[in-house]
Amino acid sequence: MRPNVYITGLGAVSPAGWGMECLRSALHSGIPLPEVVFPRPGHRSQLKARLVPEQNAPAELTRHPRLRRASVLSLYAAAAALEAAGGTTAASADRGRLGVIACLQAGCVHYSCRFLEELLADPTTASPLIFPETVFGAPASHVAALLEASVRAETLVGDSASFLQGVAMGANWLVQGLVDRCLVVGAEECNTFLAEAFWPFEHGAILSNGAGALCLSNTPASPQSVALVRVTDPHPYVTPVTRASALRNLRTQLLGSPAATILYDGLTGGGRLDLPERQAWTDWAGPRISVKRVLGEGLMAAAAWQCVAACDDLAHGRHQQAWVSLAGSNQHALGAVFERMETP
Amino acid sequence: MLFPPPPTQRAVPRIVVTGAGIVTALGRGWTANAEGFRLGRRAFRKVTLFDVRRQQATLAAELDLPTDPLPGRLNPRRAARLDRPTQMLLWASAEAWEQSGWTPPTPVSIVVGTTAAGMSLGEDYYRQLLTAPDRRRGQPTRALYYLAQTEVRTVAEALGASGSITVLSNACASGASAIGHAWHMLRNGSAQRVLAGGHDALSQFVFVGFDALRALSPTLCRPFDATRDGLTMGEGAGMLALETLEHAEARRATILGELIGYGTTVDRHHLTQPHPRGDAALGSMRLACAAAGVSPAEVDYLNAHGTGTRLNDESESWAIERWAGNQVQHLSVSSTKASVGHLLGGAGAVEAVVCLMALKGQWLPPQAGLETPDPACRFALVREPRSASLRIALSNSFGFGGVNATLIFRRWR
Repeated sequence: MRPNVYITGLGAVSPAGWGMECLRSALHSGIPLPEVVFPRPGHRSQLKARLVPEQNAPAELTRHPRLRRASVLSLYAAAAALEAAGGTTAASADRGRLGVIACLQAGCVHYSCRFLEELLADPTTASPLIFPETVFGAPASHVAALLEASVRAETLVGDSASFLQGVAMGANWLVQGLVDRCLVVGAEECNTFLAEAFWPFEHGAILSNGAGALCLSNTPASPQSVALVRVTDPHPYVTPVTRASALRNLRTQLLGSPAATILYDGLTGGGRLDLPERQAWTDWAGPRISVKRVLGEGLMAAAAWQCVAACDDLAHGRHQQAWVSLAGSNQHALGAVFERMETP
Repeated sequence: MLFPPPPTQRAVPRIVVTGAGIVTALGRGWTANAEGFRLGRRAFRKVTLFDVRRQQATLAAELDLPTDPLPGRLNPRRAARLDRPTQMLLWASAEAWEQSGWTPPTPVSIVVGTTAAGMSLGEDYYRQLLTAPDRRRGQPTRALYYLAQTEVRTVAEALGASGSITVLSNACASGASAIGHAWHMLRNGSAQRVLAGGHDALSQFVFVGFDALRALSPTLCRPFDATRDGLTMGEGAGMLALETLEHAEARRATILGELIGYGTTVDRHHLTQPHPRGDAALGSMRLACAAAGVSPAEVDYLNAHGTGTRLNDESESWAIERWAGNQVQHLSVSSTKASVGHLLGGAGAVEAVVCLMALKGQWLPPQAGLETPDPACRFALVREPRSASLRIALSNSFGFGGVNATLIFRRWR
């Protein structure tokens, strides 16, 4: 019998705004969000991004002593986690047996750039306040402090498909009884530096920032619950396996799952990086949602939005079963199956 | 399938180490490092990789990369692109792999802990972007190889490992966390062979960061010394070849030791400071002992996190004392960071290899440079090289941000 792991909470910070409601309405409209252009003197091509609106961070976060000086990355992660956990009161009811898994690809780019700038100017005056925030583990640490989680925390680093490694890790912690609930958060920041670094790999990419979070539990939140049915094997892009063949293998593995009624893919509408995923799903006849077309290439945050959007649609009864396809940029491809369930 | 896990096995398998690889400033490989750690040698020198003239600290355990051709099957062009941390990781991984005697077709998964990954490449990228924004030569390679997953994927390709790739970044606990994660993967049946450990190389970004925090020693690190004044950085990698006992015995592998316990907790006290009484550290040791089914009295040697900072060593001393109870005075403890510095993401993995060396060689790793033991430390600090009868060794790793991890190894006869 399959172990029961339910998605009992969702959270999102995205270019659509802070909170699930903003994400939901942006995806339902299906209209790509407005872009900003990063200055790039001397270049004809532009670096574009879709960015989280600067206002409206929940006061509960900005007042918290651990988050007052935290990076934007940690703020996004904390906001999404807080929403998915149902607030600090709900989280403290776990008496610390809440697990936290933060998944990052680029990590804290703003403060890292600022620290590098200080270092190059005068290494003796580099800020001791900024450096700790640049560490990959900082968002998980802040989320654990905010939600009083003391039992287990991990930071997974990798390409965007690693988000599902995080989901599987959290689900397995639940099965092993190591935690009572587990938050899995994917978060990213974005700036000119990151957009410039990404540009050679996908000229037309529109990067974005934000976070998405799932709260996993052994017990359903309501009679109509969303369950995690499976997370596929990781399909690493290790020679001779190419990104294209890894995605085909992922597709084949998902075909062994119960039929989905909707696909949440990772297509951005761009060219080079999209191609293998587009080819792998070329014969998909059902409905599909490509969250990145609306929100942008948010790397790990986008992977989280794909899962969050899938679970949200299932929770609202719009579909019965969803497949999520995550085609990471340079590590591996993973997929997942979520299902709407009636529980006694 | 990552989830659901494979059907529950009749009995949880025992996990053994069949290979270990190590690269530190003491040298490359098991033999050179075992000799260095056994004698308590120190491997510090003035940093040459970047300019430290304006920093408070100028010393680190900087290593000389081997000049031999890199192991594995990378073509020369690709091998020439590898940065220092990837080379260290590859040397350690290849040694562990070779020692294990693993051969295809069973897939090998890799779990690696790191804090900084290819940070020096990130620095170079940023410098070039600022000084010559139109000059793109080398920039895509820097952007790509800066990523931790590229480092690990490169190692997988060099060695022919076709299993999953996982990168954990729990600051200074990363290496131990990676080994702990591999332990779980093997126990729940989601992998049969895992290469796990950690690595980090010196970079100016991290060096200046710790200097800015006043965490670096202006002299040299002296963990648990009353006059300690900070940590000294190091670099290197440690990797373990892990598999189930059943799998190892079936292929008549040489077993170096058994990984019997792993515990992890979160210290919420502060982003960069541990709980003063070591609450989370204590929890981590207790969880590992519970998993291993051993009591503190059965632990013969404890390889401490022991960074040499006031706050860490005080907190860890409390935790060890509370954990060991009335056995504390009989407990042999040392911090091998006194020999090779603090390897950040590599620390927990290298220290795991040191525990295996001690168990296999039946000696206690002495702590170099200890002059005036802090009277607050009630355990028996190992000050001189000596032989000992060791059955069980415990290794602590505590990370910036609060992730604590403890590994317990048992001697294999």
